[in-house]
Amino acid sequence: MRHYSVFAIVKEAMGYHQGWERAWRNPTPKAHYDAIIIGAGGHGLATAYYLGKNFGITNVAVIEKGWLGGGNTGRNTTIIRSNYLQDPSAAIYEKSRSLYETLSQDLNYNIMFSPRGVIMLAQTEHEKRGYLRTAHANSLQGVETRFITPREVKELCPIIHLEGPRYPVLGGLWQARGGTARHDAVAWGYARACSAMGMDIIQQCEVTAIHRENGTVSAIETTKGRIGCNKLGIVVAGHSSHVADMAGFRLPIESVALQALVSEPIKPCMDVVVMANTVHGYMSQSDKGEMVIGGGADGYNNYTQRGSFQHIEETVRALVETFPMISRLKMLRQWGGIVDMTGDRSPIISKTPVENCFINCGWGTGGFKAIPGSGWAMAELMAKGHSPLADEFGLNRFREGRFIDESVAAGVAH
Amino acid sequence: MLLLTCPYCGVSADETELSPGGEAHLKRFGPGSSDEDFEGYLFMRHNQKGVHFERWRHTYGCGKWFLAARCTASLEVFGTYSAQTPEPPKEIIEKIQAKRPDWSLT
Repeated sequence: MRHYSVFAIVKEAMGYHQGWERAWRNPTPKAHYDAIIIGAGGHGLATAYYLGKNFGITNVAVIEKGWLGGGNTGRNTTIIRSNYLQDPSAAIYEKSRSLYETLSQDLNYNIMFSPRGVIMLAQTEHEKRGYLRTAHANSLQGVETRFITPREVKELCPIIHLEGPRYPVLGGLWQARGGTARHDAVAWGYARACSAMGMDIIQQCEVTAIHRENGTVSAIETTKGRIGCNKLGIVVAGHSSHVADMAGFRLPIESVALQALVSEPIKPCMDVVVMANTVHGYMSQSDKGEMVIGGGADGYNNYTQRGSFQHIEETVRALVETFPMISRLKMLRQWGGIVDMTGDRSPIISKTPVENCFINCGWGTGGFKAIPGSGWAMAELMAKGHSPLADEFGLNRFREGRFIDESVAAGVAH
Repeated sequence: MLLLTCPYCGVSADETELSPGGEAHLKRFGPGSSDEDFEGYLFMRHNQKGVHFERWRHTYGCGKWFLAARCTASLEVFGTYSAQTPEPPKEIIEKIQAKRPDWSLT
């Protein structure tokens, strides 16, 4: 792999930029791999990367039905934060956030991590009490957050309207180290680093069956033929139930559509991320100047990557009350992604009923922020059979009633 | 936008008038059942990509619960029927099979 640096740019500038090589190879699949990851989104690629980096397992293939990073990795609103209530969540999301801080250097790929700070608005008394509790929990967990007053919210984000008739701002949970990153670059950076370690990223290759011998995974059937493996990681977000069905087990997951939209680009007006969970609206400004807006999830099962219009309307209606200056902005694009929701709104990073088959799913509406930590934990689980970060997120927690209940703690979509 | 016909009041309601209620025809397991069955009843879902039987409530209409057969991959609605039905009725299955010859109830 060619190292990206200012010297490389200068050298290429002399040669009309003809010497750049492809960021990752486009190989044909081998007959057998030590480990196969299904799903070349952020989580799948991060899993492969840390398998190689932390455990020296590089005979790995990442299989992707569509194109690399074309699912939820390319469809989210890029928010990174770790202000969760429960200890296992705080541990994995904080690990993830801290990995993001040095990810550009680690991958030698600019992921444009921007720790601009995240405010979660408290717009009801209940929410205010909830966030005060989260702020206290976070100080015990070593996650730096603080409950701030409406005046401080206004100082951080002058375009906000504090005294809305329906949704007054009563304060906010502020995580100064949270922020955003370029979502595509996260996938591309991991893909390039995986490819450089000799891993095969195989795109446009759909898995059609999972073969087992005596309860142990042995191979997968794909549209590019049969590929053998010692270990299999299923990291396919919205399609988790569909792929788990091929391996013969069910999941406590339902797939629903979550939507986002961006406005026309405007001058810089907002240098923090603001999340309003009561009204299901999230907003930040991209480097291009577009206002990036995330909305609420639909309530019914859906695999179409299209959401319901009324949820867009609800989100926009509420945001216009909180940010009156956006009322005349035109929206440029709107899209949906299929998110995998668990009952307790916490992910599953787990062994499965099939030996040597592992699953990483259930990130629901908030997976982007977790990509490095999720990959770290999943790689450790696949390599060693257990992981301190992942153990609490096992599939057996549903049977045992050990929920990691974030549906109340974190609001809804993130 | 999803349009479902309420089998009770006959109104063709759009989804803003309805509330989704998740997978239909769950077999109920209670006290005395095995842990696996109880877990399955409470948490495990088929979450099909394709034909899906599901519960809906005509919340801003007659208020009744009903069931629907719908494709989650295309949003095509095959039909709606009474909630007092332990399994999908024959005419709904026939309607689905007319459009999806390869499909069968598992």
